[in-house]
Amino acid sequence: MNRLIYMLPLAIFLVIAGYFAKGLTLNPRDMPSMLIDQEVPTFDLKPLKGFQRGFSSADLKGQVSLVNIWGSWCFACLAEHPMLMKIAKQKLIPIYSIDWNEKNREDGPKWLVKHGNPYTLIGDDPKSRAAIAFGVTGAPESFIVDKRGFIRYKHVGVIDDENWKSTIWPLVQELRKQ
Amino acid sequence: MKFIMALMLLALSFSPALAVEPSEMLDDPVLEQRARDISQELRCVVCQNQSIDSSNADLARDMRVLVRDRLLEGDSNQQVLDYMVSRYGDFVLLNPPFKVATYALWIGPLLIIGCGLFIVVVFYRRRSSIVGADTPVALSDEESRRLETLMKDEN
Repeated sequence: MNRLIYMLPLAIFLVIAGYFAKGLTLNPRDMPSMLIDQEVPTFDLKPLKGFQRGFSSADLKGQVSLVNIWGSWCFACLAEHPMLMKIAKQKLIPIYSIDWNEKNREDGPKWLVKHGNPYTLIGDDPKSRAAIAFGVTGAPESFIVDKRGFIRYKHVGVIDDENWKSTIWPLVQELRKQ
Repeated sequence: MKFIMALMLLALSFSPALAVEPSEMLDDPVLEQRARDISQELRCVVCQNQSIDSSNADLARDMRVLVRDRLLEGDSNQQVLDYMVSRYGDFVLLNPPFKVATYALWIGPLLIIGCGLFIVVVFYRRRSSIVGADTPVALSDEESRRLETLMKDEN
């Protein structure tokens, strides 16, 4: 019994080390969103330079939609872009977007000309008002919004074939039935 | 000692670099001070361990400007903080609130200290309660002979 007591510090160390080891594998950006099952925050964003329409929260009512937050400065968004183009081409779901934190008003439109535009509507958010309202910490981030205009899912990071097929697309089909 | 004191004072005099740019500041010094107070309590959500008041990140700047705009619109300090919490959760507060989800965080260390003290007290009590543990026992013949030879060697 006495011998076991001497093993106690080692046991405590192992438990703590175990937690830390687990912590290393977690994504610190993966936080529970405050906005799940909340109504989409109210916003009304101006169009990008050269575009006719901007994007406001009212546009999201009446259909299941994807809201994608991106920026021309964001490399991961470029990696995600072909997947969004594919989704748009197959008309799987309308993709609305917030062009976040552009240094220069030309940057967003230029990027879309160069790479293609998968978005139904785009709002310009140079001062992060909408991004903060969505609780965004980085780009890309995407939200699934249901017919009533409630946020049902938040995806942090790139949408790819795998998470689209395993999580996002099944959820969209589920929400369409409701 | 004086030198060390001087060094410590010097270290104290360096406050963290200010990230707030002059163009962001409000004209009203009272409102600006409130904005500074609020900003120091809000975490820069892209830097993990810096307040938005001391971070140069774009998002931190935009949050500082938002704090000031809200104050101009007449929000109280608490309303501004509540808005940020409604968007980012308690994570955005550098000083986590005392509530069910954070009990472990606040009470945990006290519990651990308590356990440690308890173990120490029990340990010493037990030791002193072993009868005669502290009173020396007379040496046996064999032992005193060995001691003698050892002492001789020493000389």
